[in-house]
Amino acid sequence: MSFVYTVSGIVAIMMVFPLLFGITTVLERKGLGRLQNRLGPNRVGPFGFAQFVADGIKMLTKEDIVPRTADQVVHFVAPFVLLVPVFLSFSVIPFGRKLVLADFDAGLLFFFAVGAATELAVFMAGWSSRNKYSLLGAMRAIAQMISYEVPLVISSLTVVMLVGSLSLMDIVREQQPVRFGFLHTWHVFTPWGLAGFMLFLVAAAAESNRTPFDIPEAESEIIAGYLTEYSGFKYALFFLGEYLGLFSMCGLAITLFLGGWLAPFSFLDFVPGPIWFALKLLAMIAVFIWARGTLPRLRTDQLLSLAWKFMLPMALINLLVAALWHYSGAWDLPAGYAVRWLLCAAPVLISFLLLARHFSRKFTPRTYRYAD
Amino acid sequence: MSTSVLKPDIAEGGGAARNYEVLPKLSPTGEMQGDLLEVSMGPQHPSTHGVFRMDVVLDGETIVKLKPVFGYLHRNHEKIGENTTYLASMPYTDRLDYFCSLTNNWAYALSVEKLGGIQVPERAEYIRVITAELTRLVNHTCLAGFLLMDMGALGTPLMYAFREREKILDLFEALTGARMMCNYMRFGGCRVDLPKGWLDQARQVVDEYPAFLDEFENLLTTNEILLARTQGVGTLSKELAINASISGPMLRASGVNYDIRKVDKYGIYDRFDFRIPLGEHGDVYDRYMVRILEMRESLKILQKALKDIPEGPIIDPKTKLRNFRPKAGEAYGRIEAPKGELGFYVISDGSANPYRYRVRPPSLINLTILEDMCIGQTVADVVVILGSVDIVLGEVDR
Amino acid sequence: MIGKGIAKGFIETARNFVGSYTEESRLVTVEYPEERLPQKENARNFPFLVYDGEDAEKGLRCVACKICEKDCPPQCIYIVLERDEKGRPQKHPKVFDIDVSVCMSCQICVEVCPFEAIKMDTEFELSQTDRFDGLLLDKHQLAKSNEYYHKLHPTEAAAVDANLAAEKAKKAAPPAPSTAAPPQPAPAKT
Repeated sequence: MSFVYTVSGIVAIMMVFPLLFGITTVLERKGLGRLQNRLGPNRVGPFGFAQFVADGIKMLTKEDIVPRTADQVVHFVAPFVLLVPVFLSFSVIPFGRKLVLADFDAGLLFFFAVGAATELAVFMAGWSSRNKYSLLGAMRAIAQMISYEVPLVISSLTVVMLVGSLSLMDIVREQQPVRFGFLHTWHVFTPWGLAGFMLFLVAAAAESNRTPFDIPEAESEIIAGYLTEYSGFKYALFFLGEYLGLFSMCGLAITLFLGGWLAPFSFLDFVPGPIWFALKLLAMIAVFIWARGTLPRLRTDQLLSLAWKFMLPMALINLLVAALWHYSGAWDLPAGYAVRWLLCAAPVLISFLLLARHFSRKFTPRTYRYAD
Repeated sequence: MSTSVLKPDIAEGGGAARNYEVLPKLSPTGEMQGDLLEVSMGPQHPSTHGVFRMDVVLDGETIVKLKPVFGYLHRNHEKIGENTTYLASMPYTDRLDYFCSLTNNWAYALSVEKLGGIQVPERAEYIRVITAELTRLVNHTCLAGFLLMDMGALGTPLMYAFREREKILDLFEALTGARMMCNYMRFGGCRVDLPKGWLDQARQVVDEYPAFLDEFENLLTTNEILLARTQGVGTLSKELAINASISGPMLRASGVNYDIRKVDKYGIYDRFDFRIPLGEHGDVYDRYMVRILEMRESLKILQKALKDIPEGPIIDPKTKLRNFRPKAGEAYGRIEAPKGELGFYVISDGSANPYRYRVRPPSLINLTILEDMCIGQTVADVVVILGSVDIVLGEVDR
Repeated sequence: MIGKGIAKGFIETARNFVGSYTEESRLVTVEYPEERLPQKENARNFPFLVYDGEDAEKGLRCVACKICEKDCPPQCIYIVLERDEKGRPQKHPKVFDIDVSVCMSCQICVEVCPFEAIKMDTEFELSQTDRFDGLLLDKHQLAKSNEYYHKLHPTEAAAVDANLAAEKAKKAAPPAPSTAAPPQPAPAKT
């Protein structure tokens, strides 16, 4: 029984998420198009939604060129080293009340362990290509991804601290109690949860090389990046892996902060869990697409200093604020919840403003004089 | 960081000494000597504004040496100018700086008018100022878009810029017949008069433009990522700018008050009241902001010119279209093109073709300072700095 | 406060996104070839020869004076004058070829033509499969009627017709000194 359940779960994940990837590529192109006052692709299929099929066929029929001096085995294996851990990371995310493939006790730990393997794939790709430029690109990508693991993990550590369990199902269940009569207590409605969610979002964007952190991916400005020597289907597999990584990060963010498969309001509980999960996932993807259309890229050194000098202190302060929230729940404060919220939000805001001022002292809008 | 430097064996080309330093030859996958890496940002590149190559020598991430290589778009423009008549060179000047064809036309017409002593009627002068300022709007808008695309904003500001540029190109098409290769100025005035309703259309475009500029500035000017990427990058000091003959917005962003519209007062620019924005630090952000502010000043000029334009002839009735043979002599006519000082130096020997026809390309001369601006910056900044110099390869290579 | 500039940028793009559904000025795509923008009246692409009346040969205004051939900057026009059996020149071109792969649409041929015989067409969908002979347009392909010219550029064609009529009237008027009609102003070139 459970074998059938597991196998059908695996098949479902392997069919749904690549399909979602295809649709996301089309949605991204159409969304970016509308942001830029133009239409996206609209010729293939109804409103252009079969574009990913055409792209897939194109990638399949391209010639697969591997440089003669490249390390053949590592070059071949790198896309798979990217894909397999990403699919594995989907197994611990709960999509519905009982809809999780593997309910570990240490689900979150498993997720991060497996997610770190994707960084290895990037380095394998850059190293095996035997190309100076792709090696440099891969080094930068690794530096970026490793630096952003730290705020990522620490901001999810606050959730674990408050829930007391590493199991993702427990984390979602802990967000189920209802406050004010109708509001499920999602972690994002608390000050530490909001700050943690923002940090997690930025770190997730950096982990999956999305703008404004896409120096490794769009590195065609200078050096072609770790993807130079890949053509045809392997290139498509890299993009699949990258987008699936994005989905699994979003899935984790939803589980940790946005209440997983829970509805926001208790009177909407009749809508099944997976639908809420899907809606939240689509909303986060929309936010990422919006960011991609708006922001220019950060330079690598600015990116790294942002991670280490801004996000890491914020994440640590967030940890303290989460502890404060936990203990202030037992205090008897006048005007109850609101004061508790403000009391916990104050350290976060103050530290944000202080750190931000330190950073923005160097970069200010200027005024210009006119010659007379 | 010590670099091993070899001086080449000098004995080539008739024994003339070439005293430049040559770094050891590096092959793409071969061994590296020392810690230097040579990258060729080749002619096919998404961010070099045309077929332009830069040989960059890197020490880790910082640039040690940069050599620009161009000439991929050389089309013998000056030699063609020696072999065709004065009138027939006019369509070729469109193709120099292909974004701003009308200002190229004006510079050439100015120099030939100086050579032949031809006067221009007033309505033609007003039309010239209107088209030149519209061209300036086109160029600076496109530059803002391209600079942000080089920085990775994926084309969103570029698309907005192109949306506005389309309106101005529609105006050009209604006036001259072509969107980009206008071929509109003639020696002594303009080719054809304004069609009916053109002035109203132009006024409408000019009235809608400040709203677009405000939107654009909302999107970009206070964006922290833009500030972080452009402030302090590619600084050019005042002295170096003057010594290197830089002109145009690059010069003014370094703090030098020199605008040919105010200095030479060619055409009827002394009738218009506009200010010159100056920068202080001379970095990429200053160059970008100076261009945005210049656009606002151009709008002021346009509004006044569109209001004051008189009726009258548009070309000097004494000019000859065919068999134009100016007296022997030489003339240098220059204007404040959107990219800098565009000058045409024409020597006539009395025949129908010029004896010598030389273009002073602002993009090329502004490009000579690229190495000095880029040394010490990282590789990611080179593209941004190149974008802020605002080159068009048609002009660099002619 | 840090982040304010980025937030403003987000609002701007969101406004454009929503506006692309609601306002027409924020969705500027023209889905060619199903939709086309209307041509401006003054637009120009490649030249064509004008003929009056019905017959493309006899009504052709061109007299093969070869001024356009000489003044064309890239020299894409090739004209051969038609001569009769005795070798006397007829005012008619035997061969009039324009190589549109060389032509740069500068309109100088139109400006210098004294007989208003060559004008600019706006046809741009001219792709051929043969890039040498396919893009060499000969006299028969180039000759188009005056009605076609009126359809393309009405204002310009009306002015040209007025000029030609004035010139014809001047030539038809008797060249007597005192009672001659007042001299017509020289036709302005458009």
